[in-house]
Amino acid sequence: MIELHNVKKVFNAGNPSEFSAINGVNLHIEENKVTVLKGPSGSGKTTLLSIVGCMSRPSAGRVKLKDREITSLPERFLTDIRRSTFGFIFQQPNLIKGISVLENVMLPAYPLGGSRLHLKNKALHSLAELNLTNKATSKVEWLSGGEAQRVSIVRALINDPSIIIADEPTAHLDTKLSYRFMEIIEKFKADGKTVIITSHDPLVYDSTIVDRVVNFRDGQIEDKPA
Amino acid sequence: MNHWLQKQRYIIDFTISSLLRRKVKNLGLLALYSLIVFILASTMFFTYSIKKEAALILQSSPEIVVQKIVAGRHDLLPVSYLDGIKKIRGVAKVESRLWGYYYDSLVKANYTVLTPPHEVTETPTESKKPVVTREAEAEIKPLFDWHGTKLESGNLIIGNGVARMRELGKDDYMPFRAHDGTILNFKIADVLSAESELVSSDLLMMTEDDFRKLFGIEPQFVTDATVVVKNPSEMGMIALKIKERLIDSRPIIRDEILRTYDSIFNWRGGMMIVIFSAAVLAFVIFAWDKASGLSAGERHEIGILKAIGWETGDVIEMKFWEGAIISLTAFFSGVIFAYIHVFFAGSPVFEPALKGWSSLYPNFKLTPFVNIEQLTTLFFLTVVPYTVATIVPIWRAATIDPDTAMRNTGE
Amino acid sequence: MKFIGLEIRNSSLFFLCLLTQVVVLALLLFHANVSENTQQGNLAEKADLVKTWQLTDLCLFTEARYTRHLSQADLNTTFQDHPFSFEHFPSGSFTQPYTELGQ
Repeated sequence: MIELHNVKKVFNAGNPSEFSAINGVNLHIEENKVTVLKGPSGSGKTTLLSIVGCMSRPSAGRVKLKDREITSLPERFLTDIRRSTFGFIFQQPNLIKGISVLENVMLPAYPLGGSRLHLKNKALHSLAELNLTNKATSKVEWLSGGEAQRVSIVRALINDPSIIIADEPTAHLDTKLSYRFMEIIEKFKADGKTVIITSHDPLVYDSTIVDRVVNFRDGQIEDKPA
Repeated sequence: MNHWLQKQRYIIDFTISSLLRRKVKNLGLLALYSLIVFILASTMFFTYSIKKEAALILQSSPEIVVQKIVAGRHDLLPVSYLDGIKKIRGVAKVESRLWGYYYDSLVKANYTVLTPPHEVTETPTESKKPVVTREAEAEIKPLFDWHGTKLESGNLIIGNGVARMRELGKDDYMPFRAHDGTILNFKIADVLSAESELVSSDLLMMTEDDFRKLFGIEPQFVTDATVVVKNPSEMGMIALKIKERLIDSRPIIRDEILRTYDSIFNWRGGMMIVIFSAAVLAFVIFAWDKASGLSAGERHEIGILKAIGWETGDVIEMKFWEGAIISLTAFFSGVIFAYIHVFFAGSPVFEPALKGWSSLYPNFKLTPFVNIEQLTTLFFLTVVPYTVATIVPIWRAATIDPDTAMRNTGE
Repeated sequence: MKFIGLEIRNSSLFFLCLLTQVVVLALLLFHANVSENTQQGNLAEKADLVKTWQLTDLCLFTEARYTRHLSQADLNTTFQDHPFSFEHFPSGSFTQPYTELGQ
């Protein structure tokens, strides 16, 4: 599904502070599987995630999405692909304060136009699936941590992405909520989606739902078995 | 096209939600902005209308006014001068004017006192000295009859502003203190209309005899003279001739009168500069505040938007609408209220500025003359800079790449 | 956004407000246009006063003689009592001394 060939990423190139976040990574991510990128902070997994998710470009190497080379696509096309293919879940819910849950959820779809009624119904439906219907019109400041995380998940799904990317999703969740989160991931898999997660939380990478764990350290994949 | 429209609507939806988060701040902004537009537009409407009215009404003002100047000041004109003027070739008619000012200490107001102008006719007598005659009553009768009201000795016709200030009306009495301390009581024969206040608000019309009694001016003096020329295009030339013949005279031609009012409220002159500068300054401070950068919170939000799939272009469009929504609303509100203020309410906001120390403030029932060019200029001077100022600081932040946004938001 | 109990879209509300404002302004400008005609009688009355009584100025500032009759003001008005005396009367600061027609 997603292939990375000898991908490198260097920050602050040419400066004294230059450093290599990713040093020649070869990775193949399978479709409809849950893959976890495991490693300590600073190992480069977030950088890799952002390259995989078309959020940034590698300094060297090639990236293929569904057999299509996307490494040197112009910004516009990359953004289009990103919008329609990927759904992101961040560590923090990162909801826009001061506006309602419903509007937050619909936001990613705004630049795409389309019927508002249709969008609104879709959003309400998704919120219902995660038991958030009665919070639809609330301002996001009034949500609990778990609710906020769930709202951000609904938001990630609004454009029907086929690949879900989550960066340290359980970093700010307690055990119970973390398990709940993994259940949601299981549902994604059942729905035919591909899931890529970065985490150093054992609850995540030791979960039975996970199909493959890739070990990361110092910008490279370790060949140590999971 | 439809897609683009839908997208704009969505962006506007979000922009308004975003603005509503800080209701007080944004409403205050809107109010202030509207106020600035209000002041500018009011000034524009006011000055333009007055200029236009002046240009129209003063077309009927005297072709040439001749004053006598003594030591740089306007002095009384000897009647003997009049004949000299009449003799100049090209002069059709000479009339004398007798008018002045009366200060009413009761209400601390200045009035302009007028008497009906008299035509100078040469008396076919042995005396070389011409005398202003009132020979043919029939000749000057129309002047004594102002729209049905006879102006006789002891009578006054007053302007509506005077009536308002002194709370007087027809048939009331109005006492005056004459030059020698005696009290003269005048009966008000008529009050001029409120609609004509722009020219007549402070006028008092009385007979010549009464005027001379009031101010103690000898019969051989008049205030000034007015001249009608045979050929209007020769006005300037005849004015020169008058100046040559009467060295201490000062002729003023109608063109100069009109030009005075054309330049009275010029962009570069007086009031406009004061008001305009203050308003523009306030506005610049405004826009500067907007343009000088984003708060961390705003940057964070743009990061989130980029991370969830908004492009740089989308973010900039949003900021454009943020500027446009406020400035369009403010512009229209300001202009609408300005129009109502000037043409329906009589410009009360300008009263303190225009009134100064005088207590008589005319009722400005102005004819609505609107200069569309000025309005358009105002639009571009206010809406465009503000909208641009809102977008400028965003440029940098909007180009933040999603990866960086993701990282920052992850913290 | 809720508006009198009805759910109305933000952008719709904005367009509605804007449209209303544009319409009101258009009406006012139309009023200006129409007024020019209806005010003819008014203007004629003022012109008549000007002609009959040989007036030379509008009654704008009645503070002093050189502010009341701007077009008739003394040549050296600017230095009446003192070079800055023009500002004794506030209205003097709005009006410029007229410039003589280049002769």
